[in-house]
This record gives sequence, structure tokens and C-alpha cells, in this order.
Amino acid sequence: MKLDQLTKPWEAFSYGFLDQSAKREMRRRILKAIAIPGYQVPYASREVPIARGWGTGGLQVTLTLLKPSSVVKVIDQGADDSVNASSIRKFLRRVSSARETLDTMEADVIQSRHRIPEEKLREDQILVLQVPNPEPLRPVQPDMSEARIMHGDADYGQLWLTLYEQLVRSGRIMQGSSYPSMVNGRHVMTPSPIPRWDVPKMHMAANLTILSAGREKRIHAVPPYTRVEPLVFDDVPYRIEDHADKTCYRSGVTGFFMNELPQDDGSSSFEVSDSQYGVKHIRRQEGEPVTLGETYYREGRLER
Amino acid sequence: MTPASSMNAALERQPPRLMLADPILTMTGIEKSFGDVRALRGVDVTVYPGEVLGIVGESGSGKSTLLRMMNLEDMPDRGEYHLALPGQEDLNLFTLDRFSRRMLRARHIGIVYQNPHLGLRMNNTSSGNVAERLLMAGERSFAVLRARAKESLDASEFPISRMDARPSELSGGMQQRVQLAKAIALEPALLLLDEPTTGLDVSVQALVLDTLKRLQRERRITMVIVSHDLGVIRTMADRVMVMRNGDVVEQGLADQIFQDPQHEYTQQLVHAKL
Ligand SMILES: Nc1ncnc2c1ncn2[C@@H]1O[C@H](COP(=O)(O)OP(=O)(O)O)[C@@H](O)[C@H]1O
Ligand SMILES: [Mg+2]
Repeated sequence: MKLDQLTKPWEAFSYGFLDQSAKREMRRRILKAIAIPGYQVPYASREVPIARGWGTGGLQVTLTLLKPSSVVKVIDQGADDSVNASSIRKFLRRVSSARETLDTMEADVIQSRHRIPEEKLREDQILVLQVPNPEPLRPVQPDMSEARIMHGDADYGQLWLTLYEQLVRSGRIMQGSSYPSMVNGRHVMTPSPIPRWDVPKMHMAANLTILSAGREKRIHAVPPYTRVEPLVFDDVPYRIEDHADKTCYRSGVTGFFMNELPQDDGSSSFEVSDSQYGVKHIRRQEGEPVTLGETYYREGRLER
Repeated sequence: MTPASSMNAALERQPPRLMLADPILTMTGIEKSFGDVRALRGVDVTVYPGEVLGIVGESGSGKSTLLRMMNLEDMPDRGEYHLALPGQEDLNLFTLDRFSRRMLRARHIGIVYQNPHLGLRMNNTSSGNVAERLLMAGERSFAVLRARAKESLDASEFPISRMDARPSELSGGMQQRVQLAKAIALEPALLLLDEPTTGLDVSVQALVLDTLKRLQRERRITMVIVSHDLGVIRTMADRVMVMRNGDVVEQGLADQIFQDPQHEYTQQLVHAKL
């Protein structure tokens, strides 16, 4: 037997960049994460051509999910046009020939850093969140083995203590993004650094959410119609950012999560953080036939 | 009298009045070695509801090791441990898995260590240290947590104006009161005290012992107090167990032990103290 009979024909890379065994492993890990909502499943995070910390975890999940007929949206803190989002999008197109979209309603897979879109996701959509620190117990227990035992025991007293201390010291809960949340009544997860505004969107959501940390090599998931409950005291209600009465200076929409733009005179103006949602409003005002999706919030209040 | 027969007499002398109730704690044949060191050589302990058992003995006699086992923190090489808890099946607690031991400890046992670093989170608030116990038991109302932490600190005669100070900012005596408040927050079936006043100034020591005595009188908490200091044991204990090199050499009612010690070693201890 000759050497060239043993080798395969040369290929630049596999479909979807990751090799088949890597994808198979990812799918198994994802299935396990779905089977145990909120549980952090370790995986062998592969090298991808972006730097660790720039969404490699999310990217590996997205690469595993895409097929040529997929439609994919990538956002970074709500915006489709950041350098990071557009590089990831360009890369995904090149290696998967999936179609890109900016419209949340049109996407099969949405990869996002630090935001959940304002339009409600459906059962046929998957949200992939990039996660820097998957371990909600890290601030109270730096030892990962100990933290795993604590998850096993549902030993979350110290997380509660952290919230107690914030209330005692500051009179309010200071935890902003990454608000620790109980999934399916069993595992506390970090929802990734999404604002508090976005956490209630996960509760009993129709879509599957996969959260992946590339550097830390952990995947966790929130399957469709799963309880996601931020840790709160019975007598101190969960509070979202008070953006309800803010109006976007570009699109005119009110009642959604805003980016604050400090002005020279010390005041602030606001623009809607889910940029494409703002764009759709502007286009509709200009007479284009645009379909706006249902939203989780209406007039700044959560729709239930 | 030979040492052996004096030992038997010492061990067989039983406290008549406290024997009426069924024991709340029974440990039998506890053995534990650390490498070559035989820290416990087959120790039996019985504690009756509402009493204070004092365990005395020189440093290294195995007192803390025994107390850690009562707290289910550490496991013996051999031996059984039973606690009579309402609504709980009677079984050897050393056969429980780690999780069940933790739950049982959280609900039913309180402990005060000599070293406050073992018992407290020094950089959380004092009230938070107490509240954590309640949080672990599932309390989720902030107002109730505050109220109960306050009540517990107050019962430990801790100044309420300092309830949100960090233990790291407090004196040794105050740190022990925070530990005590934490230990009694869930009204434990058993309160364990390992040299709770060792290392405190004598005057502070007396005040902390006063608090413990008051709590004991008012709440009838079952206590096991360990000390190398005979004075502390004399102040606190109804019944005394004398340990030496991992063995119990004598036990009996506190008055008997102090007035009429049978074992040579106890006699030495008592006379050295006088
Ligand atoms: N974790 C440990 N590792 C090794 N030796 C230990 C350990 N704990 C206790 N010992 C030894 O066991 C003996 C009893 O210790 P201890 O229970 O702390 O005594 P006491 O509290 O009466 O002073 C001592 O010889 C001590 O050195
Ligand atoms: Mg000791």
C-alpha cells in the first residue's frame, strides 16, 4: 500500500471550519447541557481564528449548528455593525455559506454578546450567548472543584449572602449584568453579562438558549419553556434598569433597553441598544413594508 | 488503689439525676488516628437533653478531634454516632453521605470555635454571618433575616449598633459572640463549644461565660464544651469527662469530679488548679 492511498484528498478545511469529531463532541455536550438545564458541561474548546475572549465559545456552538440553508444573525451588545460582530459574521458566511441577516425575526441562529434581542424569539430559533465567566460561584468560591461540589449540593447560601450584603451596605442590589439565576429550580447559572433587563426574557422562553464560554471551556443551556428565576428575596423585588421612559433619539422608540450617550453639556441622550430594532422602526416610518415582531416588553413593561 | 481499679471506679460512677431522660447524643467506640498519632482510642460519649457536658484534658488529648466528629466535620476510623432528633430516623450518622451530614449539621448543630476564622467570614457583616445560617435553611425574606439575625445577636449580648460591622473590625470577645449568634440562630439541638474563651482576656472571658450560662438557663440548650481550663469547665458543666491521650480517664457529675477526683490524672489536674 502506498502512502497516497492512505491519505485523503486535500481540503482547505471541513464544512463549518471545525472538523467532524469536534462538532460531534460539541453536539453531545450541547445535548447534555439541554438535558440538565443550567448545568455547566465541560468541553474541549477548539482553536478558532479569533482570539480567546472574543466569542470563541459562541462561535464554536454556532459553527456546529449551521447548515448551508441556515440564516444567521450576529450581534455585539445589541449592535450588528460592531467590528467583532461583522468579523464573526463574515467568517461564518465563508465557512458555512449560511445566509446572513440583521433581522431577528428572520434568523435561525442568533449569536450574541451581552444582549437578547427585543423581539420575541420563537421555538424554531436558537440564541447562542458568548460567555466570559460561566461560573456564578467564582466570586465566592475561586476553587472550581469546590464550586462543582456546591452546585451538586445546590449549596447557594453564599450567593444569597452576597445579595444580603449588598442590601445591607447599599440599600439595594448592586449586581447589574450577569445576574445569578436559578434554572429549572435546580442549578444557578450566570446568564452571561446581559443586563438585568434581559434576564426575564429567558424565563419560559419559546427558544433554546445555549451559553458557551470558549476560554473557560464550559457550555450551559436553557431549553425552551424552562423556568429562569433571578435570585431575589421575597420582599425585595427584582428590578430592571429604568429605561422604560427613555426615547431613542434616532428612531423615536420608547420603552426598550437603551445605550446612554453622554453629551457635552452633562446631559445624556439615548439610542436603542438593539440597533436593528431601531432601524426597522426608521424604515417603517419612511414607508417601507417592515414587519415588527412581538416584543417581550411593551411600553417598558414586561409582557407576560 | 491501683491505677486500673481507680480508673474503673472513675468510669463507673454514674450521674444519678441526669440519667432519667434518654440521651440526645450517643457516641460509641470512637477511634481516630492521624498517621502514628492515635488521637482517639475508643471513646464513648453520652449527652442528655438540656445538660452541659464539659470535656477537659491537656492540649493534644483529642478534645477538638472528638468535637469535630460531633459536628460531622470529620469521620472516625471506627465508631458510631447517634443523635435523637425529633422526626429523624435513628441511625449511625457516620454512615450518612456528605450531603446529608452537611444538611444535618446546618439544621441541628451549632458550633463555636476557639479560632473565629474557622467559624466566621471575616469580611462579611456580622449580621450576614448569622443570616447565612438562615439562608441555608431556606429563609428568603430580607426583613425576616434582619429580624432574626438581630434577635440572635441580641441573645448573644452583641451590641446591635455593630451588627453590620465586619468581624475583622471587632474584638476577640465580640467575634465569639457573633459565632455564638450564628450557632444558636436555628435553635440547634446541640451546641458545641471548642475552647470558646481561650485566648480572650480574663475579664472578657468571664463575660462570655456569663452569656453562655444565661443562654443555657433560659433556653435549656444542650451543650458540649471543651476546654483545657478547669475553671471554665467548673463554671459551665453539669457533668465532666476527663480526657488524656485519646482516652476518657474519668467522668461524672461536675461536683464529684472537682471535690472527689478518683483518677490520679484528674487529681493532678484539680490540685494543680487549686
Ligand atoms: N488534622 C490532623 N492531622 C494530624 N494530626 C492531628 C490532626 N488533628 C489532630 N491531630 C493530632 O491529634 C491529637 C489530638 O488533637 P486535638 O484533638 O486537637 O487535641 P486537643 O483539642 O485536646 O488539644 C494531637 O496529637 C494532634 O496533633
Ligand atoms: Mg483543641
